[in-house]
Amino acid sequence: MANFETPALGEYQTIPHLKEGTMAHSKPFVAKPEHQASVGFPGELVPDWENVAVMKLGELVSKSRALQVFLDSCVKCGACTDKCHYYLGTSDPKNMPVARQDLLRSVYRRYYTFAGKYFPKLVGARAMTKDVLDEWYTYFHQCSQCRRCSVFCPYGIDTAEISMAARDVMDAVGVGQKYSNEIIGKLHKIGNNLGLPEPALRNTLEGLEEDVKDDIGVDVKFPVDVKGADVLLVTPSADFFAEPHIDGLIGYAKVFHAAGISWTVSSHASEAANFSMFIGSHSNLHQVAKRIREAALDLGVKRIVVGECGHAWRVAYSFWNTLIGPFDFLDRNYPVPQHVCEFTYDLIQKGALTFDKSANDDKIVTFHDSCNVARASRMGDMPGGQFVIPRAVVRAAVNKFVDMAPETIGESTFCCGGGGGLLTDDLLELRVKGAQPRMLALQQVVEEYGVNHVAAICAICKSQFTKVLPYYKFPMDMIGSVHGLVSKAIRLGPVNG
Amino acid sequence: MSAVTVIYALLFYTATAILVVGVARKIYTYARTPQPLKIPTTPAPTTRAGVWWRMTCEVTVFESLFKSNKWTWLFGWVFHFALVLVLLRHLRYFTEPVWTIVALLQPFGIYAGFAMVAGLAGLWARRFLVDRVRYISNLSDHLMLALLIAIALSGLGMKYLTHTDIVALKAFFLGLMVFDWQPLPADPMLLIHLTLVALLMIVFPISKLLHAPGVFFSPTRNQVDNPREQRWVAGWSAEIDNTKSSAR
Repeated sequence: MANFETPALGEYQTIPHLKEGTMAHSKPFVAKPEHQASVGFPGELVPDWENVAVMKLGELVSKSRALQVFLDSCVKCGACTDKCHYYLGTSDPKNMPVARQDLLRSVYRRYYTFAGKYFPKLVGARAMTKDVLDEWYTYFHQCSQCRRCSVFCPYGIDTAEISMAARDVMDAVGVGQKYSNEIIGKLHKIGNNLGLPEPALRNTLEGLEEDVKDDIGVDVKFPVDVKGADVLLVTPSADFFAEPHIDGLIGYAKVFHAAGISWTVSSHASEAANFSMFIGSHSNLHQVAKRIREAALDLGVKRIVVGECGHAWRVAYSFWNTLIGPFDFLDRNYPVPQHVCEFTYDLIQKGALTFDKSANDDKIVTFHDSCNVARASRMGDMPGGQFVIPRAVVRAAVNKFVDMAPETIGESTFCCGGGGGLLTDDLLELRVKGAQPRMLALQQVVEEYGVNHVAAICAICKSQFTKVLPYYKFPMDMIGSVHGLVSKAIRLGPVNG
Repeated sequence: MSAVTVIYALLFYTATAILVVGVARKIYTYARTPQPLKIPTTPAPTTRAGVWWRMTCEVTVFESLFKSNKWTWLFGWVFHFALVLVLLRHLRYFTEPVWTIVALLQPFGIYAGFAMVAGLAGLWARRFLVDRVRYISNLSDHLMLALLIAIALSGLGMKYLTHTDIVALKAFFLGLMVFDWQPLPADPMLLIHLTLVALLMIVFPISKLLHAPGVFFSPTRNQVDNPREQRWVAGWSAEIDNTKSSAR
C-alpha cells in the first residue's frame, strides 16, 4: 500500500486547483478468472477486445435513453467540476465528473458520432486502446456513483450511469474488479455478500437473542425462515455481525417486538445489497434481486421491510418493482418495499413505541444523508421524505440533535467516500481522500456544537466511517446506526410501563 | 439572378434540411430508445404535473445550474434569454404582416444583441480563467463560442455600422419560403452573418447543441418518482417475466 497524506481539513471547503495525475496510480485489484466466471464474464482480456468493447458500448447506448442523452448533451459548462468529493479530496482533474464522463464519451464519439469520426481532434474523440482501457479502470473505480454531480448538471447528466456502463464494458472484455465481482459471485452461491451460510446465520442470530436477553431481560426474537411471518426483513448482511451495524439490527428487532409484528429474515435472501448495480450488469441485478421475490413467496409473508443500506434501498425502492414485481401477492396497504425507517416512523406516529431519550444523553448526534437514499430514492409519500423520516426517527430517540451545514446534507449530501463498489482496502487512499468533504462538515459541527455521534442508514457508510474517521483524528466508534439509537432508547416490556 | 442569390438560396435550403432532418432524427432516437429503469434524481416530483413544473424551471430559469454556479448561471442564462429575444426579433424577416408581439419586441431585441455578446464573452472568459473549465474545454467548445459571438457581432454590425437593404433581405427570405427566389443584397457584412448562421444550423445536429432537445429527454429530470406505486418497465426490463420462475 502506497503511503499517502490525509488531506488537511481547514476551516471551510475550498475548491482545489488541478493537480494532474495525483490519482493515476490508484487501481483496485483485478478480478481473477474464477471471480469473473461466477458473474458470467470472460476471465481475461478477450481476443480482439477493442472491437468487443466498442460493440458493447454501442449496444449499451442503444438500450438506454439515459446514456443516449447524456453522451450527446454535455456542453462542458463546468457546473459539475467542483461537485465530486473525489475531486475535492484529490485535486485530480480526471475526478471532475465531466472529465470522468469524457473518458468514455471520447470513445463513444470516435465510433458513433459524425463529428468524432471525421473530426476527432476537434471534439476530443479517441480510439479504444489499452491506455484508454487502463485509464477507464483507474478512474471509473474512483466514482462512487453517488449522483451528486447529477443534482447540479443543467441536463441532469448522471455520471453514475456512465461509470456503470464503463464497468459493464470492462467486464465484457474480461477486465473486472475483484471486490465487486467476488462479492456478487458469493451472493449467487450462498445468498449474501459475506458468504455466511444458513447455519452460521442462525447461530449468529441466536447469539443475538441471548445478548439482548442478558442486556435488557426481554425475549426479543431474531427469527430465520419462519413461514407465515407478516414481514420479511431484508437487510445488508453486515448487519448480522459488523460493528456498528449490528446495533441497528437489534434496533429493528426491538421495534418489531414492541409493535407485536411477526417477522423473519430469509436464509435464501439474506442480503439487501445488490452490488450488480455498481458494475452496471442488468442480468446480475435481476438475478440477485430475484432471490427476494422467491423468499417472499416461499415464506408467504405479507410485507417486505428493508434494513439500513443506501444503494440497497435504491435498488429496492426504484428497481424492485421493475425487476421482481409485480408484488400483487403482498399486502398493498403498505408500501412495497418499505424502509425500516418508514416502518419505525409509522409506529412512532401511531404512538405505538415508547422511548426514553435520556438513554442517549451521552450523545450529541448528527445525521449523515447517505447518497443513494438522498438522490436516488424516497421515503414516505412526499418528495424529500428521505430526509425528514430518518431524522424524525433519530429525534424520537435522542434529545440532542444538530444537522451539518445545509450544503453538505439533503440532496447536496457528500458521499462517505466508500460507496459504489469502492469499499475495499486496495482503494484506501481514495477512500480517505474522498471522505474529506464529509469530514470537514463533520468537524464544523464537532467544534461548534460538540457533536460526538454520527448516525447513518447505510452499511457501506458505517464501514467506511469506521475506517476513515481515525485518519481525521475522530474516534472510530463515533459512527452508529439510526436504529442503534432506537435500540438504546426504546422501552420494551409492559406497555406504558 | 445573381450568383450570390443562387448560392445563398441553396445554402439555406441545405442548412434548413440538415437542421430539421438531423434534429428530427435525434429526437426520434431519444424518443425510441427505452429507459429500462427509474432513475430520477431525487427529491423528484411524484406526479406528471410536478415533472412538467420541474422541466419548466429547468429550461426557463436553469434551476440546476443556478444551484451549481452563479457566474455560469448568470452568463448562460443571459445568453440564452437574449438569444430567444433575438430570434423572436428576427421573425420579422419571415412574416408578413409582422406579428404584433414581434413588433413590440423589436427594441428589446436590440439590447438583447448586446446582452448575448456579453453572456457569451463571460462564458468564454471562464474557459480561460477557471482552470477546471479550461481543462475540460475542447477546441470545438471554443469554436462554438467564437461562432456565436461572430454571428451576434456581424448582426450588430449591420444595425450600427454598415446597413444593408433590409427590405430586399426580407423579400429574399419570404421568397425562399415559397420557392420564389428574390435577389439577395450582396453586402459583405450580411453575407458573413448569413454564412455563419447557416453554419450554425448545419453543425446543430452533430454537436453539443443537442443539449436543447436532449434536456427534455433526460430521465433524471423527466421521470416521475413513483416506482413503488406504479410498476415501470421498458426495453430489457419489459422482457422480464417473474411469474415463470417464482413458484419454488
